[in-house]
Amino acid sequence: MILNLLIGAAIAIGLFFNALGVFGILRFPDVYTRLHADTKATTFGSIFTSLAVALYALGRLFETADGQYATLLLHTLVAVVVLAITNATGAHAIARAARRRGHSPAQAVVDKLEEPAP
Amino acid sequence: MASFIATGCFSFVVYLLLTAGSGRLLGLWSGADLLAGVMIAAVVGWVARGFFCDPRRRAALQPMRWVRAIGYACGPFFLEMAKANVDVAYRVITGRIRPGIVRVRSGMQTDLGVLMLANSITLTPGTLTVGIDEDTNDLFVHMINVPEGIETRESLEAREVFSTFDCPSWIRRIAE
Repeated sequence: MILNLLIGAAIAIGLFFNALGVFGILRFPDVYTRLHADTKATTFGSIFTSLAVALYALGRLFETADGQYATLLLHTLVAVVVLAITNATGAHAIARAARRRGHSPAQAVVDKLEEPAP
Repeated sequence: MASFIATGCFSFVVYLLLTAGSGRLLGLWSGADLLAGVMIAAVVGWVARGFFCDPRRRAALQPMRWVRAIGYACGPFFLEMAKANVDVAYRVITGRIRPGIVRVRSGMQTDLGVLMLANSITLTPGTLTVGIDEDTNDLFVHMINVPEGIETRESLEAREVFSTFDCPSWIRRIAE
């Protein structure tokens, strides 16, 4: 019962942050600020939805002692670690590609990449 | 040889993690799975040993670095990441942004150190690594909210990008 509540809360928080990621994409002015919303909000969102899966697997594992729930739990944990690494790397790759394509940051107060190296 | 063993052990542990729950041997694995795991780990260890353990520095062979890396990922890094998400959520809702690209002196000597710092910066509050100056290992960081006064300065220290913890010195102890 309490476990079900916890799972529901984790899914709700995860969906909230993922939804904020979508709003960020629609709302922010250029590719760099959109990447902020896209990578960060969705990292947290995915961690919480994965937490819900892990809690469910733990609960079922104690109930049934079935090996398949241990598999589910471990695969979810591996997925979270891989997600955190690839999310940052992917965001950096997109930002670098946009930069090389010549996109300047919108509304920027400072842009050190434009200036020659000291 | 040592780098082959270390890489093989690491890939075997990953294999065990991914196949746990397949049988009853030792509680979790089947005999066929363990045998296949040893063989695959040997092949992977031989092929990937030069990438996993830098032959000149052999940093991956020092267990303390692994302990510190896990401690860093669970402690300071995770808390900074949590703050980043709340911060970005706040900016999405209010729309209060002041973007800009600043130069950050990384102070790292090795590729691994620069990589870890760049990824840590991308996942922490309001900052996104856009580019790198390959001569000096300086990073160009897009900030969603440049604090007042920062835009006139030539460069920032890596420590100033993180709000609470001293992540660069953690990374230096893990990777350098």
